[in-house]
Amino acid sequence: MSTAKSSSVKPSEEIENVVIRLAGDSGDGMQLTGNQFTAVSALAGNDLATLPDFPAEIRAPAGTMAGVSAFQVHISSEDISHPGDKADVLVAMNPAALRSELSKVHSDATLIINTDEFGERELEKAGYDSNPLDDDSLEGYYVIDVPMTSLTVTAVKELGAKRRDAERSKNFFALGLLCWMYSRNPDDVKDWIDERFASDDLIRRSNVTAFDVGHAFGETTEQISITHVVESADHPPGTYRNVNGNTALAWGMIAATQLSGLQSFLGSYPITPASDILHELSKHPAAAFRTFQAEDEIAAVTSAIGASFAGDLAWTTTSGPGMALKGEAMGLAVSLELPLVIVNIQRGGPSTGLPTKTEQSDLFQAMYGRHGESPMPVIAARRPADCFECAIEAAQVALRYRTPVILLSDGYLGNSSEPWRIPDVDDLPDLSVEFATESNHENPDGSMDFWPYLRDEATLARPWAIPGTPGLEHRIGGIEKQDGTGDISYDAVNHQLMTDLRAEKIARIADDLPPPEYTGDLDAEVLLVGWGSTWGTIASAVERLRKEGILVAHLHLRYINPLPKEVGEILRSHRSVIVPELNMGQLSRMLRAEFLVDAQPLNKVAGLPFTVGEIEAAVRKAVHGDDGGSK
Amino acid sequence: MTTTETTTTAVDIPTTKRADWQSDQEVRWCPGCGDYSILSAMQFALPEMGIRREDTVVVGGIGCAARFPYYMNTYGIHGIHGRAPAIATGVALANPDLSVFVVGGDGDLLSIGGNHLLHALRRNINMTILLVNNRIYGLTKGQYSPTSEQGKVTKSSPRGSEDSPLLPLSIALGADATFVARTHDMDRQHMMEVFKRAHAHPGAAFVEVLQNCNVFNNHAYESITAKANREGMIIPLRQGEPIRFGPDDSLGVVLDPRHGAVVVNTADVSEDELLVHNEARDHPSVAFALSRLSPNMDEPTPMGVFRAVDRPVYGRNPVETEPPGRQLISDLLHSGTTWEVD
Ligand SMILES: Cc1ncc(C[n+]2csc(CCOP(=O)(O)OP(=O)(O)O)c2C)c(N)n1
Ligand code: SF4
Ligand SMILES: [Mg+2]
Repeated sequence: MSTAKSSSVKPSEEIENVVIRLAGDSGDGMQLTGNQFTAVSALAGNDLATLPDFPAEIRAPAGTMAGVSAFQVHISSEDISHPGDKADVLVAMNPAALRSELSKVHSDATLIINTDEFGERELEKAGYDSNPLDDDSLEGYYVIDVPMTSLTVTAVKELGAKRRDAERSKNFFALGLLCWMYSRNPDDVKDWIDERFASDDLIRRSNVTAFDVGHAFGETTEQISITHVVESADHPPGTYRNVNGNTALAWGMIAATQLSGLQSFLGSYPITPASDILHELSKHPAAAFRTFQAEDEIAAVTSAIGASFAGDLAWTTTSGPGMALKGEAMGLAVSLELPLVIVNIQRGGPSTGLPTKTEQSDLFQAMYGRHGESPMPVIAARRPADCFECAIEAAQVALRYRTPVILLSDGYLGNSSEPWRIPDVDDLPDLSVEFATESNHENPDGSMDFWPYLRDEATLARPWAIPGTPGLEHRIGGIEKQDGTGDISYDAVNHQLMTDLRAEKIARIADDLPPPEYTGDLDAEVLLVGWGSTWGTIASAVERLRKEGILVAHLHLRYINPLPKEVGEILRSHRSVIVPELNMGQLSRMLRAEFLVDAQPLNKVAGLPFTVGEIEAAVRKAVHGDDGGSK
Repeated sequence: MTTTETTTTAVDIPTTKRADWQSDQEVRWCPGCGDYSILSAMQFALPEMGIRREDTVVVGGIGCAARFPYYMNTYGIHGIHGRAPAIATGVALANPDLSVFVVGGDGDLLSIGGNHLLHALRRNINMTILLVNNRIYGLTKGQYSPTSEQGKVTKSSPRGSEDSPLLPLSIALGADATFVARTHDMDRQHMMEVFKRAHAHPGAAFVEVLQNCNVFNNHAYESITAKANREGMIIPLRQGEPIRFGPDDSLGVVLDPRHGAVVVNTADVSEDELLVHNEARDHPSVAFALSRLSPNMDEPTPMGVFRAVDRPVYGRNPVETEPPGRQLISDLLHSGTTWEVD
């Protein structure tokens, strides 16, 4: 058995960036392999962005197109913020993976193919009439034939593993080969394998062996004559880690808890792609965070409302279908004017839709998906690490204004990862709140009462008096309340007043907002307006276009309700406004309605993020009246 | 009787009267509604529960009965239809020192909120749930409810309802509720005793309160609860005693392997054949058999505590109450693999 050496005898070439796509069966461990390649690339100092792309079924029939699970990673020595339009390298573990992923790679991409799986049966399951390795269908690609399964099995069987078990290590062969090709440090991977598989020595050794064999294959094969080096990116100094959006969001929730000095309560019901937040929060008992797995999303949000009434910082996390179930309770939260953060990790809809794919199609639901006049702040995260800050900000708004807040993320942000410079905790805001402790209303006879709807003059927030506080006992409910006293009131004039006050309270949040992120050529004719996870792709498109000398500006909206005050003026100062969204045109309609500007939608609902090329093409078209010949 | 909450043993609980528990809000039930007597029984019982007003939270869903919180001089939430047990779960978990009451109707807690009721009970969350059963939708003006008898003619069932009714106590026992009792709006003393027992029970306590809606379902329980009928129609459950009732205790309850609990003439059976009531039986099957007596509420009906057993109360596992602060955030963010860029 050969052992991997960290230096190679073959020449190496420096490249700025590369997009690698790994694809195999759902059971082949592609997500694990992709994440691990990402982790070692991060340790090598690269900037990176990932795009996990997996089916909703846990294990669709092996070898079929339906079961293909893919993972794309873009690594670079430059600052990047998108996972790459098309891949430069595809690792295909079987024919189905090759067939389903070929359209997602460049026409001259390198294909690393596990030839052992290209038997007649496998080809047939993938829907191939003839073997693409034998005909000319892969012309133009650089194909590297690798008998991954057999090489892995031969080596691993020596350790005493059964054939079936030995086969399962083949993803580590692929990882070893990639690490050799891109000069990643093998010890970083092996340390991780040792830790991850510590409980089963045979599996641990099998994986290390498969990794070594893959690495050695790269060194010896004549099919690859050169290794590549992606230099570390020029990141500002600091301590870094890799993080995905859902973990960052969970940590932001824990951070907000600590910063507020409160206990937190999460009511949640499992749903893809939001469950990982529940999992992550359930791990940290010392974090003053109680997680409650409710019987459904209605109980999840209503238990959170109850906890908020009792003085907890309350959260509920879900995805679109769960948001629909929470609708009535959100109306209650608006009426009760209690702090609450509602997190929606959006996925493809309607109905069960595309549970594991990304979409931004719940914006209208967040804005208007409740009965009655029930305005709520809506905040959207723009990149994985940003989910940390957004969670803190959402809590800050909820606590300061005593209101439910919707925080939007999506399946792409939730699952994809990037290097993150760990913030200095001393820079995080103080979220401490003061509960009411005393009566606040003096009656004509000099006696004092507690009025739960007597508002703060500046923020219009009402006092938060929690059970256990003597003298402040009060009853609140969803029936319209009299201004001030909070008593039941069916009075028409009062209802108008309360409706106005609830709207005004949310509108006033705009007074405290920083100006929106507005970059690029501010005097350009064309303005791109985005929100949420399209930020990275739009920013990359803007950068590329400007390098070419095409003028374009970029407005990113973190707060969608209320909109920052500058938005109207910015929109009006550009001749052409393009709004790329992963929906059928929701923000664009809002902007048209609100500002009477000709905001042009650029829409996609394909379960995947935009490519940079798609955004570029739209801008070229606006500039030249055509797509400017872009590919 | 099971051990009481620590709050009830504290010495510095101020003495209160019924009036201290009455809010300043005008009560808006129909004149003659059974809800009035349930409210006053509760307000009479509360001073005897050894708790403070500020530590008490009453949660209602939507319905006539669910208006309860507005009339109580405590903390209170009038929530949304059916969700009171879930709202109360959040309150109880956020602050385990509170006394939490849930009040709702048969529609509120068994129809739209049936799911939440089941889960609050099986989790054994510390709260007292009053299901005020008038066998009708009162607030929406008289449609049949999940406890209405089959064939009931209402606005939404002019040819008689097709649905089979649910028996609230059977449902609660099916969810393995640790405290299950029944009382009725015509007997304040009985209500007070049951409410006090329910409140003292650690965990979820479920009480069905038979209530007369004199507007939309008048006389629903008259054959049982009217003073003149009680002797022969109410089966009082007394811990440790053979179950007997009726004139001169001429009637009793025995367990029959084929028919569950059945009412017999005591003259026809020997003394030791009578079922001895034991609310602490771990297995809920005997209590369940008792809950099936009088399924249409027109036969002798057991009243009192069916079941009271000890089981761990949900949410008493410690969550750190003092947030350790910024250091915790820093440790969390630096956990796992990190690297330095200088
Ligand atoms: C989501 C929702 N659906 C329906 C209603 C209308 N509604 C209010 S109370 C009620 C039923 C009340 O019956 P019950 O719970 O038995 O209470 P009662 O009035 O009899 O005390 C209904 C259907 C509502 N308020 N909310
Ligand atoms: S409708 Fe029936 S239950 Fe409702 S208040 Fe009137 S009498 Fe009571
Ligand atoms: Mg009813």
